[in-house]
Amino acid sequence: MNPIAGMGGRVGLKGTDGRDIVARAVEKGARPEAGRRAGEALESLAGLKDRIEVLTYPDEMGEHVVRAAGFACSVLGSIRSGQTTPEDTRRAAQDLEAAGVDLLLFAGGDGTARDICAAVGDRLPVLGIPAGVKMHSAVFGISPRRAGELAALYVEGKIRGTREAEVMDIDEEAFRQERVCAKLYGYLRVPSEPRLVQGVKAGGGHGEASALRGIALDVTSRMEPGVAYLIGPGTTTQEILHVLGLSGTLLGVDVVVDRRIEAADADERVLLETVERMPARIVVSVIGGQGYLFGRGNQQLSPRILARVGKENVIVAATPGKIFSLRGLPLLVDTGDPDVDRMLTGYVQIVTGLKERLVYPVAC
Amino acid sequence: MSREIKLRKYHAQVWDEPLLMDLSVEGQRGLLVPRAEEEIRARYGSAQDLVPASMRRRRPPDLPQVAQPQVVRHYTRLSQMTMGNDVSNDIGVGTCTMKYSPKVNEQLCSLPQMADLHPLQDESTVQGILEILYKTRDFIREISGMDEVSFQPSSGGQAVLAAASIVRAYHTARGEGKKRNQVITTIFSHPVDAACPATAGFEVVTLMPDAKGYPDIEALKAALSERTAALFVTNPEDTGLYNPRIDEFVRLVHEAGGLCFTDQANANGVLGKARAADAGFDMCHFNLHKTFSSPHGGMGPGCGALAVREPLAKFLPVPVVAFDGKKYRLDYRRPHSIGKVRDFYGNVQVVLRTYAWIMSLGAKGLEAVAETAVLNNNYLEKLLTAIPGVSISYGPGRVRLDQIRYSWEKLTAETGVTSEDIERRMTDFGLQAYWTSHHPQIIPEPFTPEPTESYSKDDIEYWAAVMREIDREARQDPNRVKSAPHNGVTGKIDESAMLFHEKCMFTYKKYKQMKQAG
Repeated sequence: MNPIAGMGGRVGLKGTDGRDIVARAVEKGARPEAGRRAGEALESLAGLKDRIEVLTYPDEMGEHVVRAAGFACSVLGSIRSGQTTPEDTRRAAQDLEAAGVDLLLFAGGDGTARDICAAVGDRLPVLGIPAGVKMHSAVFGISPRRAGELAALYVEGKIRGTREAEVMDIDEEAFRQERVCAKLYGYLRVPSEPRLVQGVKAGGGHGEASALRGIALDVTSRMEPGVAYLIGPGTTTQEILHVLGLSGTLLGVDVVVDRRIEAADADERVLLETVERMPARIVVSVIGGQGYLFGRGNQQLSPRILARVGKENVIVAATPGKIFSLRGLPLLVDTGDPDVDRMLTGYVQIVTGLKERLVYPVAC
Repeated sequence: MSREIKLRKYHAQVWDEPLLMDLSVEGQRGLLVPRAEEEIRARYGSAQDLVPASMRRRRPPDLPQVAQPQVVRHYTRLSQMTMGNDVSNDIGVGTCTMKYSPKVNEQLCSLPQMADLHPLQDESTVQGILEILYKTRDFIREISGMDEVSFQPSSGGQAVLAAASIVRAYHTARGEGKKRNQVITTIFSHPVDAACPATAGFEVVTLMPDAKGYPDIEALKAALSERTAALFVTNPEDTGLYNPRIDEFVRLVHEAGGLCFTDQANANGVLGKARAADAGFDMCHFNLHKTFSSPHGGMGPGCGALAVREPLAKFLPVPVVAFDGKKYRLDYRRPHSIGKVRDFYGNVQVVLRTYAWIMSLGAKGLEAVAETAVLNNNYLEKLLTAIPGVSISYGPGRVRLDQIRYSWEKLTAETGVTSEDIERRMTDFGLQAYWTSHHPQIIPEPFTPEPTESYSKDDIEYWAAVMREIDREARQDPNRVKSAPHNGVTGKIDESAMLFHEKCMFTYKKYKQMKQAG
């Protein structure tokens, strides 16, 4: 638990990153929010009290809340109570991973998600209890209670699938100046709520995984020889490389020609040189919850490259669950060049599965 | 709804009934077949010899051996544990159009003239049912504006698959079969409208709704190309919204060289009011087992009547019923036909019910069905939207036809009680569990009631009163709702096992194996 998460929110500070901001928040009368929210989530797990083992960090980083919810727990590590830092969050995540937990449940916001991601990556399933000010990341349950319920289903083995979830954060300082600049920091593996993709009664249950597989098969089956495929970041596009028997760069852009990686984690210069030399297509996914196609997490696909490749050679791939989670909001482009942004707007046919397309608007 | 509605007391009848297989006792028989008489045996030999040796079983099938009274009791008990249409109120089971099937229509189907017919009888001996098929065809032509009809498909899905096969045959005949490989549908169309074209080999392109909740016409324009084979849409969609620009959709698809099919499983709100052919469609289907008297939902015999315009008639499944002014016959000589989608000429008893139902109502009566169904639905909407936890996601404020997909999202956010919890809890009040939504579920915490024309004002008010009560209960005692059902045949079942193949028992053999393994 990040004990100070969310404190900046009620007092209008747009976040709680940095020690002086915490001090200002306290000055303005902010009270810790994360404990109450974590407690709500733990209530949903109460039925499993005798069947699960809870590991946590000392005092306000988990122990207090866990004990108050009536759970016995093993406490790892040590902290300086009242003066916790992001390093404590990272260390806690590492210690919990080393102890072999099945699921890491954290309470916090985007900053906390970033720390967890930096510490454990996508090595173990993680789920966020929403308790922060900024929650642009797709790693949180829709409410603390729902996060608890999802965690319960997962630890009981009633759901087994996980989905990729973007860890996003905005520069708080810029945000305070009314500039929004969200950045993709990585991916966590989150238990996937079956209802979003396919209800329990449909009997599928492996919806997200099979959709990813279908997308990859669709894209790879249409690949043409002598064409450069610029494969953007994300686990959706990683599956495409996986189907080709290749391993790529999760947070970078890889160039694939004739089913081989020609350049891994390419920068703008390499990409530009590629698209000037040969016909090219760009394969990108969508940032979950926000809907960004270009301009977040894939800035190396610059306006010059996009102008050169053209809208008709952009292949957008995303699972239906990811698109429906946008709740009708359009996909977004913010490349930095208004002309290129305009060129990319209109409608795009998103590859959502094998021989499946969803026609969806793109705005800038 | 000003008056107080008394919620009924209900408890399901519970029998600890074993599986039929487990009732088996070696040597018990339900029926003893008498030995054939000497003369017959001398002439035809043993019955077994009539089956070619290569087709005979080596071992008899492992059927349960149970006496007749035990079988009757077994199934009667099982029926007592279900909550059927004759017992309860099925308003909740939307998109299924759970109307009441008049008992006289059931009696007609039980008459020996119908029940004892065999599909292999000579045409000259089945002129009566052929006449009914032919005349019902004329009714469907009139209702849809189309030119020819097949009753062969035994379900809506089979009719849609036949339509997708006709699309392929049509483009192949014009030399464009390879090129035109995309079928366009909408996200609130029935899933068969995507699944059947996919089964027929097409790539499926899905349109999302626009800000008003209607299919996005600009998205359609963006999707059309020389690869477009057809448009497959349900109208009205499951949101209850009738696409007011449907004729424009059809025109655009025709201009791009595609065909247009409309799924009319939701026909109950437009019967006698809007005809598919008048909107320009080339094909449509009706679920006779929803809209036209036959009960739906029991996995019993159904009929997806597929109606097409003249240029596509030659592709319809064989046979088609023909009439030369004197005699009815089955026309198999149709070289362009897509072939059969199932044996014979369909579930003719469903067609008989349709015939009887239409005859009893007349043209004006069919319109009255649509008007009453729409009126009932709009009354239910007034009652439900007054409940604090209920909302409508797409196209709020717009007039709906036969059904509406509502959302409990507000209630879930406030109490944690989900639509599936309510689905179980409502059975405690003697109501059939409702239908949540087709997949994909893009409306959160959905439910989709459809009050049809059959339900009375009291029925509708009772149904809404139960929803109101559960909303109240969810705020005061959410666990009472979450742990439901309390008065049912079973308690709450852990449905998550259905997600995992290895936990499911699809056959008795698997059941025995898992039981042995503990």
